[in-house]
Amino acid sequence: MKRKLLLAALVSVAAASMAHADIKVGVLVSATGPAASLGIPEKNTIALLPKTVAGQKIDYIVLDDGSDTTKAVTDTKKLISEDKVDAIMGSSITPNSLAMVDVVGAAKTPMISMAASEQIIAPMDANRRWVFKVPQNDSLMADAIAAHMSKAGIKTVAFIGFSDAYGEGWWKVFSKSAAANHLKIVDSERFNRTDTSVTGQVLKIISAHPDAVLVAGAGTPSALPEVALREQGYKGTIYQTHGVANNDFLRVGGKDVEGTWLPAGPVLVAAQLPASNPIKKVALDYVKRYEKAYGAGSVSTFGAHAWDAGRLLDNAIPVALKKGKPGTEQFRAALRDALENTKNFVGAHGIFTMTPTNHNGMDQRARVMVKIVNGKWKLEQ
Amino acid sequence: MNMQIALLLGQDGLTNGAIYALLSLALVLVFTVTRVIFIPQGEFVAFGALTLAGFQAGKTPGTLWLLLGTGAVVALVDVVVTLRSGALRRIPRILLWNLAYPAATAAVVLLAKPVAWPLPAQVLLALALVVPLGPMIYRLAFQPIAEASVLVLLIVSVAVHLALVGLGLLFFGAEGSRTTAFSDASWQLGSIAVRGQTLWVLGASIFLIVALYLFFGRSIYGKALRATAINRTGARLMGISTVMAGKLSFLLAALIGAFSGILIAPITTIYYDTGFLIGLKGFVAAIIGGLASYPAAAAGALVVGLLESFSSFWASAFKEVIVFTLIIPVLVWRSLTSHHVEEDE
Repeated sequence: MKRKLLLAALVSVAAASMAHADIKVGVLVSATGPAASLGIPEKNTIALLPKTVAGQKIDYIVLDDGSDTTKAVTDTKKLISEDKVDAIMGSSITPNSLAMVDVVGAAKTPMISMAASEQIIAPMDANRRWVFKVPQNDSLMADAIAAHMSKAGIKTVAFIGFSDAYGEGWWKVFSKSAAANHLKIVDSERFNRTDTSVTGQVLKIISAHPDAVLVAGAGTPSALPEVALREQGYKGTIYQTHGVANNDFLRVGGKDVEGTWLPAGPVLVAAQLPASNPIKKVALDYVKRYEKAYGAGSVSTFGAHAWDAGRLLDNAIPVALKKGKPGTEQFRAALRDALENTKNFVGAHGIFTMTPTNHNGMDQRARVMVKIVNGKWKLEQ
Repeated sequence: MNMQIALLLGQDGLTNGAIYALLSLALVLVFTVTRVIFIPQGEFVAFGALTLAGFQAGKTPGTLWLLLGTGAVVALVDVVVTLRSGALRRIPRILLWNLAYPAATAAVVLLAKPVAWPLPAQVLLALALVVPLGPMIYRLAFQPIAEASVLVLLIVSVAVHLALVGLGLLFFGAEGSRTTAFSDASWQLGSIAVRGQTLWVLGASIFLIVALYLFFGRSIYGKALRATAINRTGARLMGISTVMAGKLSFLLAALIGAFSGILIAPITTIYYDTGFLIGLKGFVAAIIGGLASYPAAAAGALVVGLLESFSSFWASAFKEVIVFTLIIPVLVWRSLTSHHVEEDE
């Protein structure tokens, strides 16, 4: 009798799970190739996301696009047509995310990008309706830097950025912010991620005598111009972008990056945030989970973008479940609507309030100015 | 631009040019002896530098496992081949070099804690780990197809490059490293500071070039390599083993690559994929030398280094464009001045 009951229970469980298909989330990260330092922590973070939401199991299908735009598009198509995912998280970098916009728009599948450029979500159109973005807009960060410079009495500034989409994007937004804050840009240079020497650019910058230098690069490669500037005896203030906010940058830069200023997501200095800041609790929780799984000091701000993307999705799923079953078009449309209706959602990087025209939804609470002091990130009070 | 800036740029260009010169020599060497366009040359730069950085950070570098693994595969393949041919006398030698040597190196790395060693010892250990990979890669990837066309060899070379870059990411992670300098000294020469490490790079490059010159001109192995480069079949008829020549050229290429990496690691941050671009610039230099002439390749490398340095001052956004565009007039000039020989397929 007991055995029969058990069997019946098993059959009914099986039937129930067949009726309610699992929610499938496709995740596309750049875990290899030039953007691997972004993709790897993001991929690690996916493993920490909850496996069930509102009693519904979530399958994460994680693919690596190798930082390659063509592969990102192919993988997105594969996730949509073969795996029939309900939503897509990714990709890690701007060129890939931009290329994916049209694909997800045509398939009416919501996508949350973990790349920074504002172009991914603006200007709003039929395809971008389906696209959301968790990292701060570059313009938000550029404004913070320019405002900080002008407050510190800086009048002239030189720019050196990656000779790729990241550097060009920053050059655009920063030259605008600089003009708004009455800063004069006296020199603009480019360098490559794989350059072994930037002496030429640095000498040109020094001969222009700027009060401050902004280095617009991501990860450890942006330490090179700063080290070279100090080697050639530059004494002014140096600013970096939030692209360098990981501990490897401190390791590679060593004493040469002391005193550097940069804007960053609050998660970078989670422990130093005032207790009144609602972001502190969420950010600390993420840091604790990540370091528990991958070791002390392993956390980076990039992984926190994946955490925010995942939690935004988890927040929207219960609402969408009321409108349709996973795997259907109604469910995906409801998920998109629920994401767009996100209000005052506290993430590790900021507070999201989405609107039909703003699919990022962050404000100035999503940035803090940080200084490198004694080889550590220090929050500006 | 004033004199001081020109001198600083010149110093920078010469330092980079010296490294490109070493790599272009290795590329010319490998190409003339085996007809392989050795794209993975750059990976040895990264592996050498990152293995040393791993020792200094107190970590066990992943290249150790690569050496053990590749050694085991080579031993297996060689033993099977030897058993089939019946030349059993050769087996102990195969096992010694492909199993015992990597195991001994592994024992040193794991037990002796090289983090506390003086720098020269760390450098030697890093070379001991990385350099044997050269002949092992030749044995596995190129020896079985040694008679194939240049195109097939090139495609295999690209495959080896991709495999090694992937392994590099797995072993060393996406972030870069720097190593401590050979020398922190710095001299004031007129208005500019000359760094000790720069002198090390230049000195070591000149030393290696002279050593290679003597090796090719005076030693029997060097002469055997030259003979193979000039006429493969003829050299074989004279009793020179082309397998030995191939392995030796890969050994030298790996040595030059890994040592170049160790030389520049204190000057710049090295990533798992840095080597490719450095190798490519060495390749541009080797092309200037027509992939055949050592002095022309070395001179070409200095031109590439200086051009790179000065163009990064004048037009940093177009630096790579300028360097790689250099190859076009060189190719045009080469195709106009030399008659083209169609390779037999």
